[in-house]
Amino acid sequence: MPETMLEIKELSVEVDGRPILHDINLNIKAGETHVLFGPNGNGKTTLLMTIMGAPRYQVTKGSIVFKGHELVNLPMDERARLGIGMSMQRPPVVRGVKTRDMVNACARGRDTDEELARIVQDTNLSELIERDINYGFSGGEIKRSELAQLLAQKPDLVLLDEPESGVDLVNIALIGHLINELLQKKHPIRERMRSGLIITHTGHILEYVDGRTGYVLLGGTIICEGDPHEILKTIVKKGYEECRRCIS
Amino acid sequence: MHILKSDKEKTEKARSAERKQARFGEDIELGKYAYEAEELPYQSDLSALPGEAKQQMLQTGVTVDDVSQRSGTIIQMDHSVVHSLSTQADIEVMSTTKALEKYDWLADYYWKAVSVDADKYTAHVELNPGNGYFIRALPGSKSTFPVQACLYIGKKNLAQSVHNIIIAEEGSELHIITGCTTSPREEPAMHLGVSEFYVKKGAKISFTMIHNWSPEVAVRPRTGVIIEDGGIYLSNYVIMKPVKSLQANPIARCVGENTITRFNSIIVAPPGSNMDLGSQVILNGRGSRTEIISRAITTGGNIVARGYIEGNAPEVKGHLECRGLIMKGQGRIHAIPELMGNLEGIDLSHEAAVGKIAEEEVEYLMMRGLTRDEATATIVRGFLRVDIEGLPEELNQQIKNTIEAAEKDLM
Repeated sequence: MPETMLEIKELSVEVDGRPILHDINLNIKAGETHVLFGPNGNGKTTLLMTIMGAPRYQVTKGSIVFKGHELVNLPMDERARLGIGMSMQRPPVVRGVKTRDMVNACARGRDTDEELARIVQDTNLSELIERDINYGFSGGEIKRSELAQLLAQKPDLVLLDEPESGVDLVNIALIGHLINELLQKKHPIRERMRSGLIITHTGHILEYVDGRTGYVLLGGTIICEGDPHEILKTIVKKGYEECRRCIS
Repeated sequence: MHILKSDKEKTEKARSAERKQARFGEDIELGKYAYEAEELPYQSDLSALPGEAKQQMLQTGVTVDDVSQRSGTIIQMDHSVVHSLSTQADIEVMSTTKALEKYDWLADYYWKAVSVDADKYTAHVELNPGNGYFIRALPGSKSTFPVQACLYIGKKNLAQSVHNIIIAEEGSELHIITGCTTSPREEPAMHLGVSEFYVKKGAKISFTMIHNWSPEVAVRPRTGVIIEDGGIYLSNYVIMKPVKSLQANPIARCVGENTITRFNSIIVAPPGSNMDLGSQVILNGRGSRTEIISRAITTGGNIVARGYIEGNAPEVKGHLECRGLIMKGQGRIHAIPELMGNLEGIDLSHEAAVGKIAEEEVEYLMMRGLTRDEATATIVRGFLRVDIEGLPEELNQQIKNTIEAAEKDLM
């Protein structure tokens, strides 16, 4: 496993011809979890979708290197098979495709039935497993389903888009626990090989999941980098206005 | 040619409708087909049937080499019933001709659920009878396994004429799988099939029909169902292979209270296919419920997907769902869901959607590591998956097998 999991250099991205991200630089080592803060509409999801390779998100400049592979021209499925997994904030409903089909597809035949049953149990998905994926799911159910798929996929780099949004207080602890399992947080630091990049709007997830580095994304640019708890404290206390004031 | 018992009045009505065009579908010139077929020998041993016929039958779920999972079997080739056998004492399986000879009372069921003068095709079946099957579950009987029926056209250019009567007596439960197919030689032919179902008080019929025609065949089934108090009728229809022209619009009349009717249709139209398929349910009994679900895919053929629910009694409930997917080619899907409510307190709804596969769904699956082709196949498989309640596992599996076998042609 290379020490650097993800290296983004001078990345600029446009969506439907509109520039969204500008000169993003970011480096995540194996075993590290990084956190992206920022108000809505400032490019956080765009960054994750660009790393994942969604076709709408066009790289106009820069590079994304994952485990030594340049990703920019690779389709999404190849990136997934290289070891990138993403939990979407609002995944689509796919009628007729069951949650079980998705979890099985993510496992790609690697996991035994017992392991898959354990994932279903751990994510509390028993009642949803035979339902059409995301159809009529609550916010918490969507997150648990997304995490179940990632637990089956076992990606080296986990991209989580607002894992706490729409989740009630009872479920948020479970979500936190599942993310920690996904990111091998129970392992000693030097043995952790999985990395994470988590978007959070409210920061609630940081009560359960520790991050090493935090970033503030404003206007499509990373304007601040530092201890995520410290950044969160500032945002909670003074809002993003303080970030704008800080760079002005 | 078999001569069925019929009264003068019905014959007169049929004559008056000989040129009556059907309400839907292209008008088929019946004169260009042959009406008569030679009598084929009875086969007590089904394994003696021609190999190509067995293969075609198998694709419609009709198994002739091993009938251990069937409560009975009836096979009609052209106009001859070449085999009929019931392996369950309380289920009767025989040709309609024999049944009419055996039971005088059966005349009362003849042309009761379907009008003899509905159109030129029903008239043709009355005026040019060519057999059919009679399946009856005796009162209180429960079929362990489904009865299988096969209607096979082997003769080139034949207009196969069929009149089926299916009766589930009070409190009985009957499962039927019917496969309709032709020789694999892709020769012109026509199938005219009248089917009349009678679901008595507290009885249940599940009827699974798999069509496997060929690109030169025209098909005009005419189906009527009468459901009494507490009766359940479940219809599952699957067509995944080409057919030149197919038009059917079965009608279920729920005359009893608290009946349940479900029509599930899985329709795939390859290039050159023209299919006009619907289901109609008339809710005349208090508290009756129905659901009509159709899934239509075109890969170049034309589909009209109809649905009609009429509520005429208090506390009835119905839902209609027509969903269409345009996969490729110049195909067309025209969804026509219709609801008619005739008094307050009824609850009828519908949803219809026609479109291509949503790109965001494909990307969602690709995000999980599936290739574009795998993602598309998974979505199509899901689209065609209709959850069917109340069907024996064997029949569910057969429907699944039929869909899976045809999947590669869709991509």
